[in-house]
Amino acid sequence: MSSISVAQHDNYLTADFRLWSWLITLDHKRIAVLYTVSITLLFFIGGAAAAMIRLDLLTPYSELVSIETYNKLFTMHGVIMVWFFLIPSIPTTLGNFLLPLMIGARDLAFPRLNLLSWYLYVIGALFAIESLIAGGVDTGWTFYTPFSTMFSNTHVFAAVTGVFIAGFSSILTGLNFIVTIHEMRAPGLTWFRLPLFIWAMYATSLILVLATPVLAMTLVLIAVEHFFHIGVFDPALGGDPLLFQHLFWFYSHPAVYIMIVPAMGVASEIIGCFARNRIFGYRFMAYAMLAIAGFGFVVWGHHMFVSGQSAYAGTVFSLLTFLVSVPSAIKVFNWTATLYKGHISFEAPMLYALGFLGLFTIGGLTGLFLASLGLDIQLHDTYFVVAHFHYIMVGGAVMAFFGGIHFWWPKATGRMYSDAWARLAAIITFVGFNLTFFPQFIVGYLGMPRRYPEYPPEFQIWNVLSSAGAVILALGYALPLFYLFWSLRNGPAAPSNPWKAKGLEWQTSSPPLPENFLRTPVVAEEPYSYSTGGSTDG
Amino acid sequence: MDHVEFFPAAASTVAGTIDDIYFVWLALSAAITIAIAALVVIFAIKYRHGSKADRNVASGEHYEHTLHRIEITWTLVPLIIFLAMFLWSANAYYQSAAVPNDAVPVYVVGKQWMWHIEHQGGQREIGELHIPVGRTIALVMTSQDVIHSFSVPGFRVKQDVLPGRYTTLWFKATRTGDFRWFCTQYCGAAHSRMIGRVLVMEPDDFERWLALSDTAGSMAAKGAARFRQFGCSGCHGPSANVHAPRLEGLFGKPVQLQDGRTVLADERFIRDSVFLPNKEVPANYEPIMPSFRGQIDEEQMLEIIEYLKSIENVPQGGQR
Repeated sequence: MSSISVAQHDNYLTADFRLWSWLITLDHKRIAVLYTVSITLLFFIGGAAAAMIRLDLLTPYSELVSIETYNKLFTMHGVIMVWFFLIPSIPTTLGNFLLPLMIGARDLAFPRLNLLSWYLYVIGALFAIESLIAGGVDTGWTFYTPFSTMFSNTHVFAAVTGVFIAGFSSILTGLNFIVTIHEMRAPGLTWFRLPLFIWAMYATSLILVLATPVLAMTLVLIAVEHFFHIGVFDPALGGDPLLFQHLFWFYSHPAVYIMIVPAMGVASEIIGCFARNRIFGYRFMAYAMLAIAGFGFVVWGHHMFVSGQSAYAGTVFSLLTFLVSVPSAIKVFNWTATLYKGHISFEAPMLYALGFLGLFTIGGLTGLFLASLGLDIQLHDTYFVVAHFHYIMVGGAVMAFFGGIHFWWPKATGRMYSDAWARLAAIITFVGFNLTFFPQFIVGYLGMPRRYPEYPPEFQIWNVLSSAGAVILALGYALPLFYLFWSLRNGPAAPSNPWKAKGLEWQTSSPPLPENFLRTPVVAEEPYSYSTGGSTDG
Repeated sequence: MDHVEFFPAAASTVAGTIDDIYFVWLALSAAITIAIAALVVIFAIKYRHGSKADRNVASGEHYEHTLHRIEITWTLVPLIIFLAMFLWSANAYYQSAAVPNDAVPVYVVGKQWMWHIEHQGGQREIGELHIPVGRTIALVMTSQDVIHSFSVPGFRVKQDVLPGRYTTLWFKATRTGDFRWFCTQYCGAAHSRMIGRVLVMEPDDFERWLALSDTAGSMAAKGAARFRQFGCSGCHGPSANVHAPRLEGLFGKPVQLQDGRTVLADERFIRDSVFLPNKEVPANYEPIMPSFRGQIDEEQMLEIIEYLKSIENVPQGGQR
């Protein structure tokens, strides 16, 4: 590999320095950078809202902010984190950057659509931010009717418009990925030689393309009811409030898999690399992600066990939810088995990936509590649910996202960061996360409802622990900002393959050339062939 | 704070089963998490980079076979555990879904941001619910505005309360005391203040409480007055000349509709017939009834339903 000399070539970052060249770029790598900058900004806005929430919950009475402000804070936290951070996070940044590189292509199939999807995302985000500046929204990210359509006097429409527009960004990204994976794989790169990250992008894209239109229609119906008083969801107008929940969760449950399946892909790449081992049960891992994506469409009713839907519907949704957790369990076992007889080293990306493994395991297991019909009655809409989905989306998805950022940072920027600081950040994040969210399981079973700025005093101890954890967690998230930025100027230059990893993205320079590869690579070996052929120097 | 709680008090007949499911899941989760964590730690130490551990892996067809068997095993074992837990928890759910026949109804109307309770005897409460220990209570609930949810963690029960619909929640308290009750479906600004207390009393104390509470007559009596006040009796009463169904003995019976369907005359049917009279027109009647939407509120509607439940004699043969 070291034979590729790159020193004299322009890379994608240095090809053109003008701002304009970034704003009209069709290079998937530059678009990935645009996305990374945008979603990082929104991550910290959403995080600031979370910090206010945790601060306010230190005491049983809402002393920091009014209850109306609190309601707007958790709505803002949810809307921004779900639609403007978690859903786009891995696909639009790491996915955009890596997908063509990993399959040996020069770009995505539709570079213009790719740029358009970024602009749609930005416009959507501006609508969402506008709704906050104008005074906020108090419906919760779920926009349940008839509250959102007929009773809330806040800026629901601006926020809904933002989510609607951002949805088209998702659809275009999904479409682009599917076509690219089908059509543009390098010679010899058969489906079962694809890295699991590509399988993850494929499964995620299917969900993006199939589920997001339902969200768009639902949001249009909200607007129709709100402005024209045509009864769709409000029973006072002859509508059905449960219909909204069905439509909303038909999208929003698969959306959970949009967040976690890419994380599974990232974790697979990292664990394979730092265990220097072939991913255990590779085909099962690929099938499991497809199974999750498929089953994910038929479990939405588990959000509605106490909503008034029929007991029979509840039973079917409960059963299907148990089935969708089987492939998740398979994945956890296979990651663990990948460590067996490896040559394991513990650089920062690996610590993040192992953190992902632990937190995702707890998140998945607590999902089974919620899938259990009788037990969910006690847990529904309590902090147990809040803790569970944070273990999946933050402990799982965000931990893997940070792992991925660290893993591919040298490739994307051409610089090495301080591994010691990065390992420290990974450990702080893991500790802070558990301290923040584990107490919420306990206070949830005790009955503390979500979306409560005020709560009975006997719940305070758990909330204090949680808020203390949030301080540590915030530190864990803020640290990388500093050492990663520092590395951009001061970090040592990264070699093309600093981790000695397999995968085509490591066979080009760091940062890659604008056209990715000088020659289209030809693939002749199985994925993750770390332990075969005796050579581990990539 | 005198002591730290890990589990809520268990004060209803279903709480024991729900707690059992919870504890079994806790045990299973702890076992699996510890097993995974232990394996990760053992592998991380034994197979750390540079260690001398044996890494020879078998290969060939036999090995592939073993790998397959491993995958199948750790697919099937979780599946079987999950199915067992599914059956157990679904069974618990069915037990809590079917309302026992001996349940005493209590009527609940949620509105931003308070709970209105009315007992059959006409006793009204706001934010408090007095019940006797050891008797099955069925809450018949609806909302005046947005979706709310009635949750009593100490009883392990919860049910959303919807506008335009009745939902039912039953429980049988097993011990006396005060139990917190929350609205658990986000309903706007003062959602977190839409809370109350369920006061479980000895039956004698409860009877005394009922007797001492001010009431302007039973719900049925108030409903009878509403029935006249809103002009219902003009068409549905004994002396009416309009061709309208008689309502005595109607409640709980099947009703033949114009479109050929048969529906049960329950709370929902009566409410829909008053607010959406053209939705389900009984066979052999003209759709001439006006809607009373906006004139009768949810609490008055419940009183009218209680009244209709109370008139069981059918004076004029089989006519409905």
